[in-house]
Amino acid sequence: MNKKKGISENTKGFYRISWDILRKNRLAMICLFIVAALIVIALFAPLIAPRDPDLQIIKEKLQKPGPMHWLGTDEFGRDILSRIIYGCRISLSVGVISQLIGTVIGFSMGVCAGYFGKKTDAVISFIIQVFSSFPFLLFAIAIMFVLGPGLNNLYIALGLLSWTPTARLIRGDVLRLKNSEYIQACIIGGGSNLRIILTHLLPNCFYTLIVTSTLGIPGAILSEASMSFLGLGVQPPMASWGSMISNAQAYIRSSTYYSIAPGIAIIITVMAFNLLGDGLRDALDPKMRS
Amino acid sequence: MKKYLLSRIAQAIGVVFAISLITFFILNIIPGNPVQLMLGEFATQETIDRVTHEMGLDKPVILQYLNWLGNMLRGNFGTSYFQGRPVIELLGQAFKVTAGLSLMSYALALLSGIVFGIIAAVYHNKFLDKLLMVLSIAGISAPNFWIAIILQIIFGLRLHWFPISGVSSFAAYILPTLALGTRYAASISRITRTSMLEVVKQDYVRTAQAKGLPSWKVTMGHTFRNALLPIVTLAGSDLSTIFTGSMLIESVFSIPGIGKLLLDCIGNRDLPVIEGGVMYIAVICVLIYLLVDLLYAVIDPRIRLGGENE
Repeated sequence: MNKKKGISENTKGFYRISWDILRKNRLAMICLFIVAALIVIALFAPLIAPRDPDLQIIKEKLQKPGPMHWLGTDEFGRDILSRIIYGCRISLSVGVISQLIGTVIGFSMGVCAGYFGKKTDAVISFIIQVFSSFPFLLFAIAIMFVLGPGLNNLYIALGLLSWTPTARLIRGDVLRLKNSEYIQACIIGGGSNLRIILTHLLPNCFYTLIVTSTLGIPGAILSEASMSFLGLGVQPPMASWGSMISNAQAYIRSSTYYSIAPGIAIIITVMAFNLLGDGLRDALDPKMRS
Repeated sequence: MKKYLLSRIAQAIGVVFAISLITFFILNIIPGNPVQLMLGEFATQETIDRVTHEMGLDKPVILQYLNWLGNMLRGNFGTSYFQGRPVIELLGQAFKVTAGLSLMSYALALLSGIVFGIIAAVYHNKFLDKLLMVLSIAGISAPNFWIAIILQIIFGLRLHWFPISGVSSFAAYILPTLALGTRYAASISRITRTSMLEVVKQDYVRTAQAKGLPSWKVTMGHTFRNALLPIVTLAGSDLSTIFTGSMLIESVFSIPGIGKLLLDCIGNRDLPVIEGGVMYIAVICVLIYLLVDLLYAVIDPRIRLGGENE
């Protein structure tokens, strides 16, 4: 860790120190690299994919991996590699967008509960408890059943369900911060609630938000895959890793490789986000620093 | 303790009530008339109106809700639109299958998760620890329906050891149990390891070592015993999610459990079964959470003897 420095010297900021810690965590850096690569793949899918993911060439159906199709073709003769590359867009967008929705709801709820306390806190804590005792997948299925399948509805459903851990942690953070002297000073100084929340509480909760949303992404990606596997998520012909596995199920006798590839893609993505999230938590948690 | 018990039970009832409210209103704003769906497209408007009236679907939603809730409290979950059988009968039958599968997976996950977690903690930073942790993070990251398919391919189609679908024999349960349990085994082993490593640093563990206890006694009696709390919490929430997690596995292996029943009913919009099923599972989850909290209080005297403020 850093050498002790005098107060008069220039000391590094919070995020700079966190970055230094993260940089030394080799596993987390590898995962950061994988995540960056996945984002590039998702953004530039049309340039990277060898073929149009929806192009059907029936006479090439269910081919084994070869020089023409690196991961083979599916039952409609579509290139599996291209579909996996396009599927990356779905997975990442569901992960990121649903987590953004969840983080905004979770932060608002958590801040209100912690900052206003009393009845507000009791009501919000009860809502959190109701949401977290409802089985996640079942709730997601019920919402998708009502909204109807589709990508946009998936963002909403998973966003609506993923806010409780954030809310719980933010509530705890705010309860702790509220008693600190500078927040008390702001309150006495007549700062409006909104001002205190946005300019003082938000920056101080920021690292919690980064960690919880990063650690929430893999769950959202897995849920998307599950929903698409059940046919309640992304609709055909759009390529999603979950629906690819679902389609591949009918061909496990003849084309084993077809079901393997999308699963590996899910594992790599989810694992990268999980380990990166762990690394971020270690780097950003002030309690971990000596 | 009594006060804690009562407040916790009251809370659980409140949660169940809130869930029933959410379930009913979410499922009743779906577009499409269920009567129309039930009777088919050739039904006359007159018949539709009559059946709607008979089923009480023309009353205000709030009355429908109270009616539904009242029936449910009396154990009457209604009748399936399509199968013509009481929902409670369908759910009970399917639940037996799901409970069997879930509990076997859970037992497997708990046992292997704790054993692997302890091994990893004992061999901290050695090769075995790293191997187990890589496996566990892969286990957490893999979707269970994919693991199910891979198991089907390897042990069913290639090696012909186990059947790949149905519930005709005990052997048919083995692959689904493995597929469902992997993820939970992985997460339990990780929390066991973390919690053990946390406790190992404590002074009383060093004292136990210093007074010359055999190392297995220190590990099991002192470290593991005190590392139990986080494991119980996670194991508790796992127990409630494993029932719903089995949905995907049931669909892969064509197991006639509650998940498959619900998915089939979602397909044909059989509303009473969906509502009943969701409530059924939700109540089970709330009960499990309640039990875990009480177990928590038994294990941790700090909770039992006050500290209810936070």
